[in-house]
Amino acid sequence: MKIDNYNKMKPIISLSPHVHGGDSVSKNMYGVCIALVPALLASLWFFGLGAAIVLATSVVSCVFFEWAITKFLLKRPACTICDGSAILTGLLLGFNLPSNLPIWLIIVGALVAIGIGKMTFGGLGQNPFNPALVGRVFLLISFPVQMTTWADNLHDSIDGVSGATPLSLMQKAILEKDASVLNDLPSSLEMLFGQTEGSLGEVSALLLLLGCAYMLWRKIITWHIPVSILGTVAIFSGIMHIVNPIYAMPHVVLMSGGLILGACFMATDYVTSPMTGKGQLIYGVCIGLLTVIIRNWGAYPEGMSFAILIMNAFTPLINTYCKPERFGEVFRKEEKK
Amino acid sequence: MKTFKIGGVHPAENKLSASSPIREAALPKQAVFSMFQHIGAPAKPVVQKGDEVKVGTLLAEAGGFVSAPIHSSVSGKVAKVDAVLDASGTRRMAVYVDVEGDEWEESIDRSTTLVKLSDRPELDSKAIVEKIKNAGIVGMGGATFPCHVKLSPPPGSKAECVIINAVECEPYLTADHRLMLEHPEEILVGLQLIMKAVSVNKGYIGIEKNKPDAIALMREKAKDYEGIEIVPLKVKYPQGGEKQLIDAVIGRQVPAPPAIPISVGAVVQNVGTAFAIYQAVMKNKPLIDRIITVTGKSVKQPSNLLARLGTPFQQLIDECGGLPEDTGKIIGGGPMMGKALLSLDVPMTKGSSGLLIMNDKEARRSEPQPCIRCAKCVSACPMGLEPYLLSKQSKLEDWEGAEKNDVVSCIECGSCQFTCPSHRPLLDMIRVGKSTVMGIIKSRAAK
Amino acid sequence: MNVILIAVCVLGLIGLASAVILFVVSHKFAVHEDPRIAQVGAVLPQANCGGCGYPGCSGFAAACVKAANEGSLEGKLCPVGGQPVMEQVASILGMTVEMGAPKVAVVRCNGTCENRPRQAQFDGAKSCRVQQMTGMGETGCGYGCLGCGDCVAKCQFDALHMNSETGLPEVDEEKCTACGACAKACPRGIIEIRLKGPKGRRVVVLCNNKDKGAIANKACKASCIGCGKCVKTCEKFEAITLENNLAYIDAEKCKMCRKCEEVCPKGAIHGFNFPPKKEKPAVTEQTTPNDQTTKQLND
Repeated sequence: MKIDNYNKMKPIISLSPHVHGGDSVSKNMYGVCIALVPALLASLWFFGLGAAIVLATSVVSCVFFEWAITKFLLKRPACTICDGSAILTGLLLGFNLPSNLPIWLIIVGALVAIGIGKMTFGGLGQNPFNPALVGRVFLLISFPVQMTTWADNLHDSIDGVSGATPLSLMQKAILEKDASVLNDLPSSLEMLFGQTEGSLGEVSALLLLLGCAYMLWRKIITWHIPVSILGTVAIFSGIMHIVNPIYAMPHVVLMSGGLILGACFMATDYVTSPMTGKGQLIYGVCIGLLTVIIRNWGAYPEGMSFAILIMNAFTPLINTYCKPERFGEVFRKEEKK
Repeated sequence: MKTFKIGGVHPAENKLSASSPIREAALPKQAVFSMFQHIGAPAKPVVQKGDEVKVGTLLAEAGGFVSAPIHSSVSGKVAKVDAVLDASGTRRMAVYVDVEGDEWEESIDRSTTLVKLSDRPELDSKAIVEKIKNAGIVGMGGATFPCHVKLSPPPGSKAECVIINAVECEPYLTADHRLMLEHPEEILVGLQLIMKAVSVNKGYIGIEKNKPDAIALMREKAKDYEGIEIVPLKVKYPQGGEKQLIDAVIGRQVPAPPAIPISVGAVVQNVGTAFAIYQAVMKNKPLIDRIITVTGKSVKQPSNLLARLGTPFQQLIDECGGLPEDTGKIIGGGPMMGKALLSLDVPMTKGSSGLLIMNDKEARRSEPQPCIRCAKCVSACPMGLEPYLLSKQSKLEDWEGAEKNDVVSCIECGSCQFTCPSHRPLLDMIRVGKSTVMGIIKSRAAK
Repeated sequence: MNVILIAVCVLGLIGLASAVILFVVSHKFAVHEDPRIAQVGAVLPQANCGGCGYPGCSGFAAACVKAANEGSLEGKLCPVGGQPVMEQVASILGMTVEMGAPKVAVVRCNGTCENRPRQAQFDGAKSCRVQQMTGMGETGCGYGCLGCGDCVAKCQFDALHMNSETGLPEVDEEKCTACGACAKACPRGIIEIRLKGPKGRRVVVLCNNKDKGAIANKACKASCIGCGKCVKTCEKFEAITLENNLAYIDAEKCKMCRKCEEVCPKGAIHGFNFPPKKEKPAVTEQTTPNDQTTKQLND
């Protein structure tokens, strides 16, 4: 082809780089969704139809609210539901709810999560708090009874006894100052596989960790946040247990409640977590400490949601003070010595 | 396996022309020599319209210390001294030469016999630098920094080793790879010359391990040369960046500006520069040609051409099977740091390492989406900066904040934008911030 | 009774202690501010528009007081308040302020989509400064408007708008306060803050191209090619100068005769706000260079 033709077809000019790695927002979001699939299947197995209804309602209403708010309130031309972030919020919100929650409550939760937690601040990337947790905490505080009435686990080892989750037993042990209450806890193996009571996504520790491993392998998240949270909780609760046996054993603490779900899926939310490895470690350690503190001395048996939300608020501060190590800084430090 | 410590990405390598031997490009009908083929002051033309020139005749002298002379790469008549649209996309002064025949200056040794350093014992440090200076040699990796400046360390700093940059971390480009396979001994002698010029006795050649044949060959040949070590490096972009290469090879990090590589005792030269230095010192040949990779997924024959400077890009493309129909973008250089060209009339310069043709589909950027603060740019940045923040501050014109966050340290490698899942034009905005902040710093220093 | 007494005493003591603390602190940590800053701030419009180039009205007030201490209020202008406000500010500071003739922003480029065909497509952050870094930009003119609207984004007064047909920014003269923010934002320095002229009438070279005639001519139909005809026509007033292949009309010397407009072979000179002429020359004659100029160009 001649120059004239080239000039006629108007070449594209832009600044470098001219290639892209091919990563995208939706790839990351759907990657997290895929990582949640094993735990999702487990929740269906353990809670049956109830789980399916909760998850479906939550996802559908989150996507609907995102679409409706973008279109009618913000009047933005671009549709953002395809990036998968609303689906992910819906899934995570569903995972944080008991399987027998009334449908209207789930819809209210989704409205708060998407409407107040996310779109009020300008949509994806702008929200200071994890939307799914905003929804959950709103429901937990406003409707404590419904939110802590657990449906019976279909494959529970203790038949017919509902309402006693490992977390409530642990709190009871502390309140009654009686370590023997802890003997009623399910065995570690049962907790690992999910034969216990709780929210949808709280039951199977093993499958959640499997999902986390998948995300690490796909490089969707880095190890910093999950490892620092789980490590801090293990160490802190271990010390507590040694000091006073009314506090539960660290491995039970780790596998109970939403700890693993929170550490691997909620705290690692891109938008609301710090940007640097150092910052993420600080963030993780603080979440771990706050979780154990709230669980042991707070009014609620579960502290993970609150801990994450509190640290979300500190994320901008952490970002301001935790800068990545600049190139050449090593040299500068050596010189000072 | 050695590599640099902070950040980095791994783009698809796409070394399409790795197995095609270097071939000589035909002489152009008219060669155009831009006076801005290097960083620093432009060269000053010393010829006029109508002057007869031969291959190797001086066309323009250096316009200052940080500058380089320009020699004719063809023989013929000077047609005019006028502006030309060069690879930077702006019009700049240039000398046009109409080609007639191929007559060389007699002083140039055109034989291919290898001249070793031991054959020329009279060469001392000063003579080598002088020859390099007069030959107009600049950094051939793309930065085009005049070579003799780097080889004259400022007072108070002492070089400890010479590192040859044979990394070629840019995707697609294979010019350095082929050069190593076809002229290994010349490169080694060139390295010896550089080592002698800065009086050190340790030389490294850093090669990424995606070129195992080059590593093996260079290792084999280097046995006969004392003090030269071949360092295989892990494949990671931007390892070819000067600072990253020093970190990878000798494990020292150059501090933020005003520190320069010599501050940590390293002198870095591109492998093509080493070859040019060999030719300049041993063969008396000024910098008049270079190896350029012409490549692209739709190009019929991706090849490595030995082309005379001043050859228009159009001719180079024609020699590789013509411009494909679906061309969307033409890039002078590699895909990560190259410059998109406005027109094919642009002449080849000393820094043209590649000519990459991208088809329309891959040339277009995706629509940017909101930043999701995933921090992938932060972990990809080889300088340990926060691209998301710098880009935002540049957009909001918070120059003070950008300066505080070291925007001037940015090496514009593009890793942040490459890795951004939201396809945000991070580097576009950071460049605005960097140039503005550098202007502010300069005017402050002037006060 | 006792309880009430105790409560009154305790509260009284707390109040007293607080008052003492407040008194001490307010004296100890008092920030000395020139009282004139507040006075100046009071007469400013308090729109905090930033049109003056300072962060809000209080920033402008502080800058005025500082400038007054240094002896001159020159260059300080509240574009919203205009002369009346500046006179008030000057009287507070005991200075006089000389207001120049009203000015207006002029976009010195007429490279519309039609006049200046696009040669390339720009892909990247929508910002003139980014596009400027690619070199020439989308068109063959390295001096003309880039069309990304950096100036429009900078205008605090809604006085600049992008014309989607021409691809050029247009100045709303009613709203323009000549604050100069757009001129600063333009990476190519196309926008000039110029005398508005009597009745808003002014003659301007609507081109910024400093290339040689042949190149400029090829790049844009409405470019100044530096032929110098206008300079010759204006010999009497010497209002037009030719520098770097670009004619420039000095607004202070221009007598508005509009002869230059007629002789310009490329139609690069435009008169603003003049009543329409009775005999309108054919458009084609104005926009295409005549034979002689074409000959010159081909040299």
